[in-house]
Amino acid sequence: MLRLAARAVIVALAGPVIAGFLFVLLSACGIAPALGRLGIDGSAFVALTETPALVRSILLSLASGILTPLVALLITILFLAAAHSSRSGDLLRRAVSPFLAVPHAAMAFGLAFLIAPSGLILRALSPWLTGLHEPPDLLIVNDRWGLAMMAGLVVKETPFLLLMSLSALPQVQAGERLAVAQTLGYRPVTAWLKAVAPALYPLIRLPVYAVVAYASSVVDVAMILGPTTPPTLGVAILRWANDPDLERSLVASAGALVQLAVSLSAIAIWWVGEAIVARLAHWWIEGGSRSTGDGALGVLGKVSMASVAGLSVVGLGALALWSVAGYWRFPELLPRDVTLEIWRTGLRNLTQPLENTAAIAALATVLALVGAIGALEHEVRRGVRASRTALTILYLPLLVPAVTFLLGLNVAAALAGIRPGFWPVVAGHVLFVLPYVYLSLSEAYWRHDPRWSAVARTLGARPAGVFWRVRLPMLLTPILAAAAVGVAVSIGQYLPTQVLGAGRVPTITTEAVALASGGDRRYIGVWALLQAVLPAVGFILATALPRLIWRHRRAMRETRR
Amino acid sequence: MTHELVLSGVNIHRQAERLLSIDAHIGPGEVLTVMGPSGSGKSTLLSYVAGLLDPAFTAAGRVLLDGRDISGLPPEERRIGLMFQDPLLFPHLSVGSNLLFGVGRRVPERRARVRAALAAADLVGFEDRDPATLSGGQKARVALMRVLLSEPHALLLDEPFSKLDTALRSEIRSFVFARARAEGLPSLLVTHDPADAEAAGGPVIQLGD
Repeated sequence: MLRLAARAVIVALAGPVIAGFLFVLLSACGIAPALGRLGIDGSAFVALTETPALVRSILLSLASGILTPLVALLITILFLAAAHSSRSGDLLRRAVSPFLAVPHAAMAFGLAFLIAPSGLILRALSPWLTGLHEPPDLLIVNDRWGLAMMAGLVVKETPFLLLMSLSALPQVQAGERLAVAQTLGYRPVTAWLKAVAPALYPLIRLPVYAVVAYASSVVDVAMILGPTTPPTLGVAILRWANDPDLERSLVASAGALVQLAVSLSAIAIWWVGEAIVARLAHWWIEGGSRSTGDGALGVLGKVSMASVAGLSVVGLGALALWSVAGYWRFPELLPRDVTLEIWRTGLRNLTQPLENTAAIAALATVLALVGAIGALEHEVRRGVRASRTALTILYLPLLVPAVTFLLGLNVAAALAGIRPGFWPVVAGHVLFVLPYVYLSLSEAYWRHDPRWSAVARTLGARPAGVFWRVRLPMLLTPILAAAAVGVAVSIGQYLPTQVLGAGRVPTITTEAVALASGGDRRYIGVWALLQAVLPAVGFILATALPRLIWRHRRAMRETRR
Repeated sequence: MTHELVLSGVNIHRQAERLLSIDAHIGPGEVLTVMGPSGSGKSTLLSYVAGLLDPAFTAAGRVLLDGRDISGLPPEERRIGLMFQDPLLFPHLSVGSNLLFGVGRRVPERRARVRAALAAADLVGFEDRDPATLSGGQKARVALMRVLLSEPHALLLDEPFSKLDTALRSEIRSFVFARARAEGLPSLLVTHDPADAEAAGGPVIQLGD
């Protein structure tokens, strides 16, 4: 039964990705039974190459796939090197973690509201510094080079890499390594970079690759902050897929294959870069210098992480401000009057998307929890941790560009007679929720003292009894935390909702993103803020519920590390 | 009722390396003390007898409880009670529920038994208490009563007194041995405290020399 659950998890994750890829391949080669076409032809690829500025779209995606993770990783590493022990570092760490739960789209809107020509930053500087009385005619958001988009991704992905690193650090005995290096005379930042970072990186490699894959195939953030003519490859593919002309869907499939090649190339380039950096680092570490701009690097690490946190906070503040803004002339820093009118009209259209969002998040999270707990229970009972291969499969939906296999899944579903809609969307969300739920639960599951199970067994409990009566209740707190992560991931999903629901399953996120082009800022403020707040509700519940349930059980309220 | 525990030709290996081999006969109410430095396989021996041996080890030999070979049984069917250094009272359950966990599901008058056990441990009225609020000695007594309520036919004691302070140690020690003797249970005690062995009063086996 459990072995079945563990297998089912593997199949549930790898199956759709592989099937999606195969069907996208078929449809790109012109085989589309739905259109009455059964022969192979290359017309979709021909049509694709005739797309104006295709090369620019590709280069844009490639650049985003390399630069975004590079900057996010540098900020993370430098910050950890600078702040591993200091109090301000601990503070920043706690400040950054909650932003992991804020969906990409909400964060992107927040950033847009800051950096736009009529955004908060220019308002704060005008007219006393800039002399501006009108918003300048500049394309800051949606700039041709995708800089705003990449900035948005960096702001969102840095907390992700930071949290992944923080959970990996205990495994490398960071404290001991640092102590050794420092007693050998290395300055703190240099000591961390030379003695801890090389051991840490292999443990966060898969999350880094996931960022590479995501940034090189980004859709939602690109629709909000990215260039429009041409857009990134991912956005272009989605447009073709949504084109009423069904022939264009074949072009979308061909594009999805190119997207896969682009993302794999980005990972390959990254991989080569890793090897070069490793060689250089080797010389640097063996060189024996005790301090390499130690102070400056430390300041850089802290300042850049503080900027990420600051942009996130102020960006969310900007969303809140716009959602209640009445008359608000440039360059006034604050609106002249405040109104709840937008919230009132907005909430009227909100019921259906809100219900969909909650139902999808709840179902996908419960399914993901069942799968993750089943797989972990199987591992723990056998006493064998998930293999390297199993972990890679777990990451597969995060390593393969989502647009590629989601389009193929739609083709497959159509052939199987499954119409796009609510349930395919739920199934799609599970693909992205399950890896995060599993990853956030596995440490707690393995750390759970095996003697609890030994005591229960010798008292006469069967393995199933141990699970229901001992392990499950004792792990309630981490399970709820994992559920909150799952809910947050689900709420933030744009692409699977849009593709597998064929645009007919509106959620808070799809509605918010739909407002990106030409939507009223006040409405965007309402939708994006809600999007940011909903996951927080999950996290508050995950913290409050155990305290309530275990109010008479002191040892269960103490977080054990 | 009396019971006896026999270890016959027990050999435990970790890969090719032999960890320990032991032959022993423990009569009713008798305590066999196994001593040895850490790493000598004392706790591994207890895991083996309880049926909880880590798959990294291989074992040969037989465990006989009242003449019956239990080597192939899962831990929940062996009727062997196990006590660790820590009392390991389930933190999510009340004291009473912890004790009920030990009582078999089909045993009549389960709650009355729990009440009687609490009385025997000098803990009348403790049913609804949070285990976290108990003193070290109280926890140790509840842990022992929980094991006894599961009606074991033998006891395994994995340094159960080592974390108690000196005054408490002799009190709990005599409480445990008195109970085991009263119920006629053969006990296998693992320790590195000579005072434990002395108090147990039974034969001593030295491992890892």
